[in-house]
Amino acid sequence: MSNPIKSALRAGLFRVESGWDALVGRESNPMYCLGAMSWLFFWVVGASGLYLFIPYDTSAARAWDSIEYISREQWYWGGVIRSLHRYASDAMVLTMMLHLVREWLLDRYHGARWFAWFTGVPLIWMVFSSGITGYWLVWDELAQYLAIGTAEWLDWLGIFGQSIARNFLNPGALTDRFFTLLIFIHIAVPLFLLFAMWIHILRINRADTNPPRPLVIGTLIMLVGLSLIHPAMSHPPADLGKATAVLNPDWYYMALYPLYDTKGPAVAWMVSIGATLFLSVMPWMAFRRKRRAAAVVSPPNCNACGNCASDCPFGAVVLRPRPSGVAGAAQIAVVQPDLCTSCGMCVASCNRTNPFLKGEPRETGIDLPDFTFDLMVKRLSARTHGLTGNNRVLVLGCEHGAVLDHLKGASVGVLPLHCTGMMPPSLIDYVFNKDLADGVLVTACRPGECFYRLGPEWTEKRMAGERVPKLRGAVPRERVRLFWAASTETKKLATELAEFRVALAELPPMAKPESTKRRVAE
Amino acid sequence: MIKPQYIAGQVVAYSLFAVMIGYFASSPPYTHHTPGNALIKLSLTHAGQKMGECRERSAEELAKMPPNMRTKTSCGRERNAVTLEMDIDGAKAFAQTAKPAGLSGDGRSRFYSSREITPGRHVIQARMRDGNDHNAFDQVAEVVVELAPRQVFVIDFDEEDGKFEFK
Repeated sequence: MSNPIKSALRAGLFRVESGWDALVGRESNPMYCLGAMSWLFFWVVGASGLYLFIPYDTSAARAWDSIEYISREQWYWGGVIRSLHRYASDAMVLTMMLHLVREWLLDRYHGARWFAWFTGVPLIWMVFSSGITGYWLVWDELAQYLAIGTAEWLDWLGIFGQSIARNFLNPGALTDRFFTLLIFIHIAVPLFLLFAMWIHILRINRADTNPPRPLVIGTLIMLVGLSLIHPAMSHPPADLGKATAVLNPDWYYMALYPLYDTKGPAVAWMVSIGATLFLSVMPWMAFRRKRRAAAVVSPPNCNACGNCASDCPFGAVVLRPRPSGVAGAAQIAVVQPDLCTSCGMCVASCNRTNPFLKGEPRETGIDLPDFTFDLMVKRLSARTHGLTGNNRVLVLGCEHGAVLDHLKGASVGVLPLHCTGMMPPSLIDYVFNKDLADGVLVTACRPGECFYRLGPEWTEKRMAGERVPKLRGAVPRERVRLFWAASTETKKLATELAEFRVALAELPPMAKPESTKRRVAE
Repeated sequence: MIKPQYIAGQVVAYSLFAVMIGYFASSPPYTHHTPGNALIKLSLTHAGQKMGECRERSAEELAKMPPNMRTKTSCGRERNAVTLEMDIDGAKAFAQTAKPAGLSGDGRSRFYSSREITPGRHVIQARMRDGNDHNAFDQVAEVVVELAPRQVFVIDFDEEDGKFEFK
């Protein structure tokens, strides 16, 4: 799947996440919604920035004083707002970078996902530009350091008619117009950032931009608490006649500046442009990864119910008017191959994906060419063939999760799928109806860790009868078990399987399977 | 609603989150320039003299030209590269030759450099060559300064007066 270092890092990530789950509860674990957390921090920064804009004085002489007024005279409100503005900006950088690393570790950056990755790279520049211009506005010694450093850095390119750094040679060189321009940039760049963030999630169906409520509440309380205990303060006012000496930089935004100071502008440009280019082309550097064939719609079997379009995590399936001359409903599902990750969730959602329906081979409204529904049912029969004992179990799971092959045995058959979300609930019913096993253990990656997206969520809802296609009510629930297991949790899954088999052995024998007519109807 | 068993864990996790954000938002400190030192900034943009002499066009040449372009003298656009040198207390501290900007080489040459220096009395000499004589400096100026800690001392060139400016 990937190189050993990356696999080890991914395993480490899963362990950290499960440890964090145990500490704070799954709903309050920010690792599963780092992108949404960045959105939350963006809104906090935006709202606090609106307030700060009102008392801020856009003049070289009074900018620092106005910030001091906000911080000291209005410490109880303005000071807290200023601190929220700063700390939420810092937290946004933190969650954004963690988001980037996590998506890379989970291999969610190539194939159909190139768009989100590629459009995410400019966001980094925009976030940093917004932050740096914000620090300039304070016009303290740190702002002086940043202003001169940035100007020298840009001047090195030699594309500007006049030297920008010469604007900071002496106190008289700066004008109020410069600060007006600066605040315009500080507002305009975040607005562009918002637009770019929208583009970033454009190809993601049901993109979650709101973290769970407990996490939002806890994070806001944490930010306010931090603002009260450790309020953001300015350095002494900038004085261009005085060299900057010891500074307290915001390392979330300014980590590159010491590199510029020590290695010069060429190295600083090389690192920043090099990193940008490298990140941008990463989706196309996954050379050995073969892309699976996209889902295919079978027009005669599609009744345009829309379930597949609703369930697809990347909006790859849409409903379009049915071409004239083709019999059937007014609309038909259409797959956009460029967006399809071949997860198979659409196959499971189709109301024609039912093993009880007659026909050979089994046809469905939408199918995966390299792992058809017919093949899935045939494999299911083969993997359960010859199982012995009174507690035979079929384990259905995801190929990206726990290693299912380690669980195989005389009484245990396994069937790995592209994603657990491609399992239609009727398949479980089929197992019991055909007496293929005494119990079914469905395992999926933990929610938030799905290689695709939404696989565990859809599986859980379908099995609980909260989302179509639902697991039939008559299916004996004591013989079905759902268990989340990451790729690092095969042992945990084995323990769960052993417990499940003990429980199955204690159950009375299953009633004789009834007719399949009702199953087809449902 | 937060489950009771997670309350302690959340307090710990949010505290760690807050410490991480709060600490790196202003720590560890960074020393840009040694606090006891002064700073000398050499910053100037200057257009070198034009290369070659202007010459008179002959009547024949003028007749061949469009009427609106018949200027009597013909001067090249290209300018000399500018060489700038600076000595501090008799030792060479800066020497650079900068080409004129622009595709035709008719723009300004740009210099920018800053260096730390111990405070106290210093003799600074600046020399600039911008003409066609490559063996002589067209501008030479010397100043004796008493620098205070953290003082920024700027060496510029006043284009109006045509001489170095120390401030």
